Amino acid sequence: MSKRIETDRTMHSTSPASTRRAGRRHPLAAASLLVVGLLATGGAYALATTSATAETTTASAQLVEEGGKLFAANCATCHGLQAAGTAAGPSLIGVGALAVDFQVGTGRMPAAASGPQAEVKPVQFTQEQIDAMGAWVAELAPGPAVPPERYVSGDGDAALGAQLFRINCAMCHNVAGAGGALTQGKYAPSLAGVDPVHVYGAMATGPQNMPVFNDLNLTPEEKNDIITYLKYLEQNPSVGGFDLGALGPVSEGLFIWIFGLGGLVAVTIWLTAKSN
Amino acid sequence: MADGHDGTTSGETAGTVVESHASTAPSSGVAVERADRIANPGFRPERLRVTDLDPAKERQAERTVSGLFLLSVAGSVLAVVAYVAFPIVEGEPNSIRLNNLFLGLGITLGLLGIGIGAVHWSKALMHGHELVEERHGTRGSDDTRAKAIEVFQAGNAESGFTRRRLVRNTLIGALVATPIPAIAIFRDLAPAEDPVALLKQTMWKEGVRLARDPSGTPIKASEVTIGSAFHVIPEGLSELESHKLEEKAKAAVLLMRLPLDRLNERDDRKGWSYDGIVAYSKICTHVGCPVALYEQQTHHLLCPCHQSEFDVANHAEVIFGPAARPLPQLPITVDEEGYLVAQSDFAEPVGPSFWERAL
Repeated sequence: MSKRIETDRTMHSTSPASTRRAGRRHPLAAASLLVVGLLATGGAYALATTSATAETTTASAQLVEEGGKLFAANCATCHGLQAAGTAAGPSLIGVGALAVDFQVGTGRMPAAASGPQAEVKPVQFTQEQIDAMGAWVAELAPGPAVPPERYVSGDGDAALGAQLFRINCAMCHNVAGAGGALTQGKYAPSLAGVDPVHVYGAMATGPQNMPVFNDLNLTPEEKNDIITYLKYLEQNPSVGGFDLGALGPVSEGLFIWIFGLGGLVAVTIWLTAKSN
Repeated sequence: MADGHDGTTSGETAGTVVESHASTAPSSGVAVERADRIANPGFRPERLRVTDLDPAKERQAERTVSGLFLLSVAGSVLAVVAYVAFPIVEGEPNSIRLNNLFLGLGITLGLLGIGIGAVHWSKALMHGHELVEERHGTRGSDDTRAKAIEVFQAGNAESGFTRRRLVRNTLIGALVATPIPAIAIFRDLAPAEDPVALLKQTMWKEGVRLARDPSGTPIKASEVTIGSAFHVIPEGLSELESHKLEEKAKAAVLLMRLPLDRLNERDDRKGWSYDGIVAYSKICTHVGCPVALYEQQTHHLLCPCHQSEFDVANHAEVIFGPAARPLPQLPITVDEEGYLVAQSDFAEPVGPSFWERAL
């Protein structure tokens, strides 16, 4: 940027110099000015960036160190001191900061007990601590990082998101995101009220038994479209009235068998009974 | 039963108290009237309703009934008010919900008020004395029967139905012929081609690229990371002119990548996967629901309809539920550009069993 401005100036100053050969300026003045200008801007820029990088390096080094301590204290029992995994927990090498953000940020980790599936429970750490552990895990090997705000803003295309959701997610999470049962005690949780970053994190990292939907399968924009659809569902209640948990034929069938048929039986008894 | 009663065959064994009758085994066709039958208790004495006994209660019931009718009027008015007060605004789905809810409540009140009021009126206020009405025979009187026959005969004489045979027979012919167009039309609902071939073949053939559903963009093997699940359609499905849904329903595939040490393949199908990437038909072999509930740690695929479970790590064999066969595997490989392609069509028909299926 600054270089181009300098060049512009040079052009302006050279053309009058060339027309008035006997000017007060030396013919090399323009060229030397250009060199000085370039050196000044370049040097200043270099200085600024070096100091900035140095600052972030120290900051992230501190974060990683902090994260390492937290990991050793809270996670290493199952995942191993170097996160290489033990019989009780999988290796975390290459899972990325996003996996940590999802698992710890939703309270699933540290797990309360071993079972078919780690349950959601109150979050045990502050976001800073989670970020620190994430930074430490991301330092082990590259993996998915926490997405920038624009991919979790929920202002994408809700219609495309709904189509992608029906194809990729609805078979487990239910078309309205109400969740559903899997095999042997496992289940796909309800997606109502889940933080968009965690929805994104689940798709990108494939926690527990959920398959991975990497950025080459569902692009970050498409993930944002899915988040948009989920937000739309939350903000727009069912047009058809009571959705009975949006569980489909199970809850609807139960309702009509108990209340629909029960009502018919009650009316029939009332019609035929003698008034007192 | 009979033995216990007549006492002759069961014998008078010591200690048993058996009332002895003479041998009374009745001959068939004889009505038996038992001496100890329970007497017909007749009708219970009629219970009078409170509205019959107490004029105050009667007036109260009257007020209740007219109150219900007034409630019905209010409901009908409310329905009109709700229709105006909660209009359906385009682009606001919630407005439809409010409109339907209050319109429905108003109309429900309008109808239920009349119905419940009328029933309560008849039950509490109308003549309530019980009476006996004897059942009468279903056979008509001789006069009626003779009259009916007369009418039929007169009709026959006037129309000449039995006399004008040509007319009668052509009418019968015409009636027989009327369903023929229906047969021709409804026959066309079935596939014109051989349905067995249609059930056995899908869009997959050698070199067809695996593409993402719904965008139709082809998938590179390098994009399928471990633990991934891709929902796949054959490339070119979106460009089909007709039968797009039928083709998709047969060709839908789930693509998964397993760690190589977890994948157990049949010897004759070793070449059907690529670097741990396997492709299986998404159509359940039980009744054809889409099987896509994939658990990436257990490698189990669950069918949501009837809970059939397939083990992807073990050539999709059935480990639970009513499905009879493993899911058909699509043999895949990569082309020179790195895209995943099919080696051929499925080796067996996809989906549920059908009559002519050989396996």
